[in-house]
This record gives sequence, structure tokens and C-alpha cells, in this order.
Amino acid sequence: MSPIAFLILATLTISSALLVVFSRNPIYSVLWLVICFFSITGHYILLDAHFLAAVNLIVYTGAIMVLFLFVIMLLNLNKETEPHKPVYLKAAAVLSGSLLMIILAASLQGYANQPPAIISESFGTAKGVGKVLFTDFLLPFEVASVLFITAMVGSVILAKKHVND
Amino acid sequence: MEMLFLLDKTVIAFVAFAITLLIATYSTYAERKVAAFMQDRVGPDRAGPFGILQPLADAGKFFFKEEIIPNTSDKFLFIIGPGISMLTALMTSVVIPWGGTLQIAGRDISLQVADLNIGVLYVFAVVSLGVYGIMIGGWASNNKYSLLGAVRASSQMISYELSMGLALIALIMMTGTLSLKEIVDQQHGMNWNVFYQPFGFLLFIICAFAECNRTPFDLPECEAELVGGYHTEYSSMKLGFYMFAEYINMFISSAFMASLYFGGYNFPFMDSLGLSQNAITIIGVFVFFLKIFFFIFVFMWIRWTIPRFRYDQLMKLGWQWMIPLALLNVFVTGLVILLTGN
Repeated sequence: MSPIAFLILATLTISSALLVVFSRNPIYSVLWLVICFFSITGHYILLDAHFLAAVNLIVYTGAIMVLFLFVIMLLNLNKETEPHKPVYLKAAAVLSGSLLMIILAASLQGYANQPPAIISESFGTAKGVGKVLFTDFLLPFEVASVLFITAMVGSVILAKKHVND
Repeated sequence: MEMLFLLDKTVIAFVAFAITLLIATYSTYAERKVAAFMQDRVGPDRAGPFGILQPLADAGKFFFKEEIIPNTSDKFLFIIGPGISMLTALMTSVVIPWGGTLQIAGRDISLQVADLNIGVLYVFAVVSLGVYGIMIGGWASNNKYSLLGAVRASSQMISYELSMGLALIALIMMTGTLSLKEIVDQQHGMNWNVFYQPFGFLLFIICAFAECNRTPFDLPECEAELVGGYHTEYSSMKLGFYMFAEYINMFISSAFMASLYFGGYNFPFMDSLGLSQNAITIIGVFVFFLKIFFFIFVFMWIRWTIPRFRYDQLMKLGWQWMIPLALLNVFVTGLVILLTGN
């Protein structure tokens, strides 16, 4: 059952990711990206990471992509405003993208021969993730939340035109 | 055994699906009857006795109406928009525990399609996807009023999702589980969560109104300013789908409130009646639906009582009142749990 599900999901993920890049209409790009995130959520479920799957769906698909869509809809992009990049920039983008792909592929080289990881009963559930976050990874977790506060304060300051002291 | 299990779940899924559609259909009738009652009118009474066939007549009319797709619209997205709304509205019903367990031929059959260990989060995830149907439909219509309605809908839903989540966190802290089945089982008898979380429930029901785009928060389709909001350009059954999705959402959020805060299929004195487990389960299902109908009535009651907000008031309420109050609720709940030690 799950190899077939994986194949379907993988095909969906890769084809929707390609369509994000190849769509002419930015709205369609965003919608393909939504489908891409959706299928990645499916991968999380196949990997038993249920909590991560739900949070990915809520945060990325449900909130961040809606804001993306929101901005692009209001920008009213069309053929006339389409930016044209010079050729050397396109070549550089292709080159750096390919390099990144080689590095990613190289880093995954040894993984095929490794035995499957042994996971505990609570792996991927809200309980399990919560315990790990508040014991082993407490400091990174708190630092990440400070980062979020900084971003929020920054955006409030940018949005306010005149900041009175 | 595996096959039987799948068969049970398929049957329950289909029955839940059919009941959801039936109740959504008859909510339209109930809405008009409640409106008539509030305004001292008779309401629909031509189709069948007491107008009971009115929803069927409405559906027939929707199907046979001329379908207009604007020339300047994005046809594919225009058609898929109402479909997405309907799909996301129907997806939530799988995690709702409709009743306890039935014993048939020596097997225990739980009246819930899937008892996910992240049930509450699943509902949240699907609800947060619901906004796509409205946004896609509103944008694809290529009409400024539709787009404004869609933008209003999405910003309103994102804003109120936050306080809805915070209101729920206080409840989750108390129950210690995200599975809807376990949350309902903890409220056995009369031990309902609403007695421990009255304020959280109040916040939750306000957010539920905003999430369902119901009055007083129906700004996305505010007819005085936006003609018809996101569904201005829609006609025939596509419009029907949007309206239907709203009624399904109303039904599902009523079911959600009943199971989270009002004990789901539990009812007082369920142990002292001395009935068999099957009888208790069947009565429980009826009790659950009674609670749901009560909440649907509250939705309608408020629609015909309170006028709608202005948009800036809505945003102010969401961000400056609801979120701080929800945070305060979380804090107080945490404090009480810490002091009482459970």
C-alpha cells in the first residue's frame, strides 16, 4: 500500500513543483505550490510524522500560502509588467541551481544502505514532539521564538509610518 | 476481519456524508422558517405541508437555472472554486465522533470514521484550507467586488483562526489530548468542558461565527457594499455550492462545539438508566444531534438578531480583543492547572 502511495505522492510533488516554475500566470504558480505543499504533507503522514503533517498544512498551506495568494492577486500582474532578466543572470541561476542539486544528491549517497531507523511509539505524535521540544531542544526552540518576536516587532515598525517616541 | 473493518468504516463514512448533506439541505429551510418566526411572518409554506419540500424545489431551481460564466473570467478556476469550497467543507466530518460503540454480532463498532491522534489539528488544517475556494472563486470572477469579498474573507478567516486556536489551546491543556474521541469520553455524563472553560467556549463560538462567514461577520458577502461579495458573478448550481458549503460548515462547527464543550454524545444519568450499551449509544447519537441542532439554531437566531459589523470593527475585535483575551484565558487555565496539580 505505502510504496504505491509514495510513488503517487512523489510524482505529484515533483510535477507540481515543476509547474510552479513553468506556469506563465503567477496565480497558477502559487496554486501549484499549494498542491506541492499538500503532497509534502502526504509524505509526512507516510513517515508517521502526524503532528508535523497537521502543522505543515495549517501554517504553510493554510496561512502563508493564503497570504502569498492575497498579495499576488492584489498586485494584478500581467504580460506588460512581466520582468525580463538578462541572459547572464538566467545562466547563473541555472548553474547555481544545478550545483545545489549535486550537493544534495551527494549528501544523500550513503543513505540507501542504512538499516531503517527504530522509532518509538510516540514518534511524530503531538505528545512525542512536545516532549522532545521542551527537553532536548529547549534552547533552540526558545531562540526560534525570540526570532519570531523580532520579525513581528520589525514588521509593526515598518508598517507604522510615523513612530512617535 | 480487516475487510469487515473497512466495510464498517465505509458505511459510517457514507452515512455521515448523507446526513451532512441532508442536514445542510434542511438548514436552508430551517433558516427561512426561523427568519420568518423572528420577523412575525409565515415563511415558505407552498411546497408540501408546512413547505417541507421547499429545499427540494430550491435545488431543482438551482439545477435548471441558466449558467453564466463571465467572458473575462478564468474559466478553469471559476469552475473549480465552488468545488473546493464544497470539498473542504465535507472533509471535516471524518473525525467527528457521532456516537459511542455499537455491539453487533460480537464486534465493537465505533461510530467514528477515523480516530486520529491529531483530530483537533486535522479539523483546523481543513478549515484553514476552506478559504481557497472563496479566494479562487473571487479572483477568477475578474470583478472588483468579488475580489474585495475574497480578500475580506481570507483576512477575516486568518485573523480569527488565531484566536480560535488560542481558545482551543486552553481546552487542550485541560484534556491533555488532541483526539476528539478521547475528549468526548472524558466528558462522561454531565462532566462537560463548558463548565470548566465557559470563557474559552464564548471565544470559540465567536470565532466559529467568523470562520463560517455568518452574520454578524458576513462581511465577505456584504450585499450593501459589495453586491454579493465573492459570489457576485456566480449563478445556478455553482452559487448553490457556495451557499451549501456555508451550511455544511455551520453544521460541522456546531458538531465540533457540541463534542468539544458540550459532551458530544454524553448525556446526564447515562449510567443510572440501566440500559444496554447499544441503547445508550443510540440515545447518545440522538442527544448529539439535538445539541447540534441547538447550535445551528443559535447560528440562525444571531443572524436575524444582530446587524453586521463594519470591517474595521471586525478586525479590531479580532486582533485587539479576541487574541489578548484568549491569551489571558490560556494563562489563567495554566495557572489553575499548576496550582491544583492536575
